[in-house]
Amino acid sequence: MSYFAGIDVGSLSSDAAVIDQDGRLKGWSVTETGPHSTNAAEAALDAALTMAGLSRDELAFVVATGYGRAAVPLAGKKITEISCHALGAYSLFPDVGTVIDIGGQDSKVIRLGENGRVADFVMNDKCAAGTGRFLEVMAAKLGVGLNDLGRLSLAAGGEVSISSVCTVFAESEVVSLVAKNHPIDQVIKGLHRSVVNRVAAMTGNIGIKPRVIMSGGVAKNAGVVALMSERLGVDISVPEEPQIVGALGAALMAAREAK
Amino acid sequence: MSLSAKARMQFMKDLGFPAMLSLAKATKGKRKPRKANPDFGPPLKCAARLKEIMTRHYYLSRFAPGARPVAWVTSGAPVELLRAFDFYTIYPENHGALCGAQKMGPELCVAAEEEGYSPDLCSYARVDLGHFFSGKTPAGKLPKPDLLFCSNNICQTVVYWYKVLAHRLNIPLVLFDTPFNYGEITEANIAYMKDQILEMIPVLEKAAGKAFNMERFMRLAELSKSTSQLWGQCLETMQTRPAPMTIFDAFVHLAPVVSLRGLPVAQDYYEILLAELTDRVERGIGAITNEKKRLMWDNIAVWYKVRDFSELFAARGMNFVAATYTNAWAETIKHLDMSHPWESLAKTYSLVILNNNLEHRLGLMEKMVREYAVDGLVVHSARSCKPYSLGQYDLKRLLSHRLGIPAVVIEADITDYRFFSEEQALTRLEAFFEALEAA
Repeated sequence: MSYFAGIDVGSLSSDAAVIDQDGRLKGWSVTETGPHSTNAAEAALDAALTMAGLSRDELAFVVATGYGRAAVPLAGKKITEISCHALGAYSLFPDVGTVIDIGGQDSKVIRLGENGRVADFVMNDKCAAGTGRFLEVMAAKLGVGLNDLGRLSLAAGGEVSISSVCTVFAESEVVSLVAKNHPIDQVIKGLHRSVVNRVAAMTGNIGIKPRVIMSGGVAKNAGVVALMSERLGVDISVPEEPQIVGALGAALMAAREAK
Repeated sequence: MSLSAKARMQFMKDLGFPAMLSLAKATKGKRKPRKANPDFGPPLKCAARLKEIMTRHYYLSRFAPGARPVAWVTSGAPVELLRAFDFYTIYPENHGALCGAQKMGPELCVAAEEEGYSPDLCSYARVDLGHFFSGKTPAGKLPKPDLLFCSNNICQTVVYWYKVLAHRLNIPLVLFDTPFNYGEITEANIAYMKDQILEMIPVLEKAAGKAFNMERFMRLAELSKSTSQLWGQCLETMQTRPAPMTIFDAFVHLAPVVSLRGLPVAQDYYEILLAELTDRVERGIGAITNEKKRLMWDNIAVWYKVRDFSELFAARGMNFVAATYTNAWAETIKHLDMSHPWESLAKTYSLVILNNNLEHRLGLMEKMVREYAVDGLVVHSARSCKPYSLGQYDLKRLLSHRLGIPAVVIEADITDYRFFSEEQALTRLEAFFEALEAA
């Protein structure tokens, strides 16, 4: 049996996936990238290998993706996260038409063609608005755990509108809203709306083709997913582990490379 | 104009500059030559001649005041009128590109921003104003103009930018106002532009201190026309596979047709370039060694990244064979006709790509994709150039839909690299390469 691995080194998390020659997921991991990309990539890989009960020697090929892909010396090939997310999503949902990935420092919308190929894509501008980083900054400001944002937002009775799209200015806007005693859950819903509007505007450039998948860390936030679905008027599917879609795609690329 | 200034300029042209050039050559000979990159074919031989022409143009310009009337001119202005009066012309946009390539963009932009100009203003305008305020330039020294000559066929920003210069220098600004073509060009607009030309002649006569000579104008307009046509023929050689030059070469070899059009030196240069390109076509010499895919570029160059981009693409076997930008100095010259000099001059300058509707641009790009056998499109969304960047997402969507070619948008700026995020641009480009290679 041959095994393959994909490592996705993002700005916030480094994720790995290990598959066998039939494409079955054997192990995966989601770890913090921290200051050293190479170490993070290796730690993520080793964690996924531990879950799979395998060692590095048993891997036939490794593909690296994500912003830190160039800093992964043990990878035989580097492929962009655009192609990897498309293939990863396609392997999980063969009828996927569009992938919306909201990661730590960028958001992207990918329209798929045949066989998990990229037909077109659009990425966010040089700006943190509409990214995971935006929500991370706001959660810290509000003293709320990142994982609690979704629950609070879904339970909110109303919504406070956030007018600034800039992360820095929105942060001070949030401070003044809290100072005026606006309920925190309603502020959170407003922040989610801001992210959704920003990303939805990007989808307009390439069009939405069902089925729509959301991946990346922000897909774990049910509040954002619900607002996105409402805004686009389509159902949105979220994989069980949305953070490893890129790594899974990279592992599948690795299996292709070895053929 | 003073006789001593004229004599000094003539001396520098005949003896001073050649002496300086041989001195520069002598010192350069001691430097180690750059290592050849195996992704590229042999470099264009005439690049040395190009460098000499442009260096001389900027070097001699400092001796022009007093010897010749000096004008600062926008890239889309009907310079043929100035040639008839023997103006020494400086193109701030060409100078901006030079500053951009020398990575001086942010420094000069900041000099303009310190005077209160917004960072959202076009960076050619900021670089030029920054140079004006600080005196900094990689060209040594630029001559102060006696007159400003501006056409809004490329954008409205130039009008306000040149108004600032006119105000600060207290010199005349001659504006050639070209109404935007929402559909076909109208007879009323042609008449309006013709009237402007007739009105500007006395202003130019006054600034130049000499009378207009119709015969001389017609002769130089013909020269300008044949120069632009030669440039068009140079670009057409890229229709062959492999293409004998890349668009990154063309970005550089574009300089004479922009800023020396209507002078014999520009025409002579393109004859040399065309001969070399034709020879390369005949011998099957490509600009890159392994031309696997052919691409088209939209918008102005990213001047501080020309070399990096050319290497990035060549390493993947991707060659840019066409660009709407380089094509702009060849596209409309066919309208110039000395049997109707004023009407045809108006049409030549009014029908340029940026003064035309998006339907026109779409048609032009579709035609270029077919003629140059283009496999993919790279769209530069330039923060500086709003008229060029507007509508690009629609153009990209329509072109990829109609022609089935992959396309990518990268966000950058022409000279101000503070607005360029390298990692983001590279990820987009690499994803585009992957899509092209899979296609």
